[in-house]
Amino acid sequence: MQELVDRLVADGLVPGGIPLWACYLAAMLLFGGIVVFVFILPIAGITTWVERRVAGRIQSRIGPNRTGPAGFLQWLADGIKSVLKEDIVPSAADVPLFKLAPYVVITGFVAAFVVVPFGGPLIIADLNVGILYLTAVTALVVVGILMAGWASNNKWSLLGGIRSAAQIVSYEIPAGLSFLPVVMLAGTLSMQGIIRHQGWAPWTWHVFDNPFTFLAFFIFFVSALAEGNRTPFDLPEAESELVMGFATEYSGLRNLLFFMAEWGNLYIIGAVVTTLFLGGWQIPLALAEHPVPRTVLQFALFFAKAYFWVFVAVWLRWTLPRIRVDQMMVMCWKYLVPLAFVNLMGTAVWMVLFPAGLGGVRVLLCLCAAGLLGVFARRVVFHIRRARLTRQDLSFNPLSTARVIG
Amino acid sequence: MAASDPAAIHAALRSHFGDAVGDLAGTRPDNTGTTVAPSAIVDVCRFLKTETGLAFDCLSNLSGVDYPKRNVIEVVYHLYSYRYRHLFVLKVDVPRDNPAVPSVAGVWHAAEWQEREVFDLLGVTFEGHPDLRRILMPEDWPGHPLRKDFVEPEEYHGISTSRESLLKT
Amino acid sequence: MSLTGFEVEIQREVDGGLSTEDMTLSMGPQHPSTHGVLRFVVRADGEVMKEAIPDIGYLHRSIEKIAEKVGWHGFMPYTDRVDYVAAMFCNQGWAMAGERLAGIEVPKRSEYCRVIAAEFNRIQSHLLSVGSMAMDIGAYTPFTHALREREYINDLIEELCGARLTFNYMRIGGVAWDIPPGWREKALAYVERFEPLIDEYNALIFAYVERFEPLIDEYNALISFNKIYTERLANVAVITAQEAIDYNLVGPNLRGSGVHYDVRRDEPYSVYPELDFEVPVGTGEMGMVGDCFDRYMVRMREMKESCKILRQCLQRLPGGPVVAKVARNFKPPAGDCYVRVESARGDMGWYVVSDGTAFPHRCKIRTGSFAAMSIIQKVSRNLMIADLIAVIASFDLVAPEIDR
Repeated sequence: MQELVDRLVADGLVPGGIPLWACYLAAMLLFGGIVVFVFILPIAGITTWVERRVAGRIQSRIGPNRTGPAGFLQWLADGIKSVLKEDIVPSAADVPLFKLAPYVVITGFVAAFVVVPFGGPLIIADLNVGILYLTAVTALVVVGILMAGWASNNKWSLLGGIRSAAQIVSYEIPAGLSFLPVVMLAGTLSMQGIIRHQGWAPWTWHVFDNPFTFLAFFIFFVSALAEGNRTPFDLPEAESELVMGFATEYSGLRNLLFFMAEWGNLYIIGAVVTTLFLGGWQIPLALAEHPVPRTVLQFALFFAKAYFWVFVAVWLRWTLPRIRVDQMMVMCWKYLVPLAFVNLMGTAVWMVLFPAGLGGVRVLLCLCAAGLLGVFARRVVFHIRRARLTRQDLSFNPLSTARVIG
Repeated sequence: MAASDPAAIHAALRSHFGDAVGDLAGTRPDNTGTTVAPSAIVDVCRFLKTETGLAFDCLSNLSGVDYPKRNVIEVVYHLYSYRYRHLFVLKVDVPRDNPAVPSVAGVWHAAEWQEREVFDLLGVTFEGHPDLRRILMPEDWPGHPLRKDFVEPEEYHGISTSRESLLKT
Repeated sequence: MSLTGFEVEIQREVDGGLSTEDMTLSMGPQHPSTHGVLRFVVRADGEVMKEAIPDIGYLHRSIEKIAEKVGWHGFMPYTDRVDYVAAMFCNQGWAMAGERLAGIEVPKRSEYCRVIAAEFNRIQSHLLSVGSMAMDIGAYTPFTHALREREYINDLIEELCGARLTFNYMRIGGVAWDIPPGWREKALAYVERFEPLIDEYNALIFAYVERFEPLIDEYNALISFNKIYTERLANVAVITAQEAIDYNLVGPNLRGSGVHYDVRRDEPYSVYPELDFEVPVGTGEMGMVGDCFDRYMVRMREMKESCKILRQCLQRLPGGPVVAKVARNFKPPAGDCYVRVESARGDMGWYVVSDGTAFPHRCKIRTGSFAAMSIIQKVSRNLMIADLIAVIASFDLVAPEIDR
């Protein structure tokens, strides 16, 4: 962002007399506003639409299909409905905390977008402690959730809030330990710096750099899912607790804010994973010379990669059952944390042994991943073929004239 | 004595408990059994459960029946043995105005809730039951609904129990 | 189930220390995960329960007293509501009670119709049970797949008797309506289509399908991503065979604990003696015998057995009348009877007393869910709240059966 403003000032596009810091401030606020209203709100909303359509497809039914083409405006309708709903505050609730909690959660969530890159120079502020800032600021969400659970004056909400707090705080550790190898490799905490350390080709991405970062990628993704309260880690939200765990007593706009924070968080997970491990917005420079189409292409690629992981999170939600609280804690502290430590030290040792990395290992890991994807694709094709064989059965209607079985 | 024959079961009971056990009655395998005096029911049940040839390890059903004409409430026990696959019926008659039967909850755990239900709906007190309180009706409901002479209260906590017929104009 | 590392030391001193108490939660009558209107008063120490005390009676509709008022024929629709998920069995129990008391001989064709309707109902009920069990554990998708299959049965039964849920199909002396033309073929086509799908459903939950791709089998075993499900259910709420018999558990709950007993095979009624089927029993596949997973697997296997029974019945359906001649003013001779039918939820006992009039003197329905509720208090000690949900689902409780 800063370089963009500098270039604009240098080109004389900014009226003279305005101090530089004011330019930066204005640019950040403007860009921040655009990001929040043009990007975050629609993305959070559209992700709910994507989730419902994908869920419908997985569950052999259609998702929303009435409001707008293929139900595309469903999220808008739901948003408007939520805003117009009656605002209920439980009579025995702790009112100031109750009212404040959604805003704390939303602040923690939106503040994370400051360091999320969009493509090329597009980032609100490329802090030199980028990824650390992200981890710190998403921890604000824990405070909000605890406030919501406590202030609702509802034992089930309290349980949900406590579970969620325990879960998020616990999974911060493996998440943090998993991005440290990447930071060591790149030599910087800044998000743009990490992306610049990678290239456009898969074998230049951090995930394939060495087997330890490969493992770190999976640990990071799992931990990020747990921090976002997504299935299979969604005990704080659903199941034995009432409808929404810590957010049960919330209605109207406050409920909408919790929702938005959860679904928008999916995008942050995708974006961070793409930044750290999958090469970010890097494209082959030969594709576009002029900065504008290049930035557009970079944004498109980054968005596609990040959104793919949103899709994976949605897919996991509708496939896997829930893990119980103690099993979740066991998994975190007894399995993920030691594994993440091993990764950290392994990467350090690797960096000492092979300072420039081993090209052979990179290519090998790429081939491994390609192989896994190939096996997976084979299964998908098998299932599609099998479904096609029984397509006649899929339109099985017992009330129509049936074929006679001998 | 592995006996699947009700007559043999009855003979065993008679030889152990004498007059506390009535005569063998019943027309089909599912309603053949005897009457038992209330004071002996726990011992009879324990005997039937633990005796090697009988092994009635399951209390299949425990119900109460109100016979206002005979002025008794009859508590009916259907016992079943998973090992020998035989069924036997025990009937205990208690007077309607103060019905009390010793509880067999110590013999089969299944009796705990079944007896609570008979207590709740018919008013039979089961002596020795670990936790005898109403199970289906609210705790403060007056009366025992399954009795033949039960009259429904006019209202319950201010809510009327009947309403104007919707067919009346 | 291991709690190591998660137990919290409770400090009870008040002066100069922390004072803590147990929470008393009401898993109230309105709750998304209890199967009907049930209430548990849960005394919990954080996540771990000290005890869950059940409180029933929210769905008590005095059906047994109604029997004494509406008469023998009039009670048939009420029997559907005793267990609306598996209503055919309730119908059958009442019809058999009337027939046994009056000594009525039921025509062969109507017995076959009864068994066909009952086994379809058993599949319907089990599909709902396993689907909602998966949903309670957190996997939302298998529920929709189970309901999709159940819709076909709903349509078939609607064509047969006009209703999808509370059928009122059987009468004392037979069944109400004969099988419509073409129904037999459709039913057979459904059974052919459904049986392999049970395996597919299992694969969604249990990851065991890929028979013809052994490499993928190993890969599956390596990853076995549905381990989550088995981890949630294995070794949870183990009930030994002795306890199961003592508390009078029946049906899949009893068979899941390893007891080889099924009323259809051991106290046969209707045309079950002529049919060839097996009775699945819990074998402790994923944990100990009698845990939640065993009860779940018994239900899955029972569906396959029902398919076998259905195929045999549909192929052998004899001709003849579908209902015996029974007087409209039905007055069975005085006496009592105890009829047991193997409902989807287990052995359902109907103790019916007749006094020779047109109205039954007493009708007592002893259901499997009632006994299963009574064992929950004992089984819930030191379980986690999330496990309580799994336990309730594994017992396949339905509130109308408990409260009647």
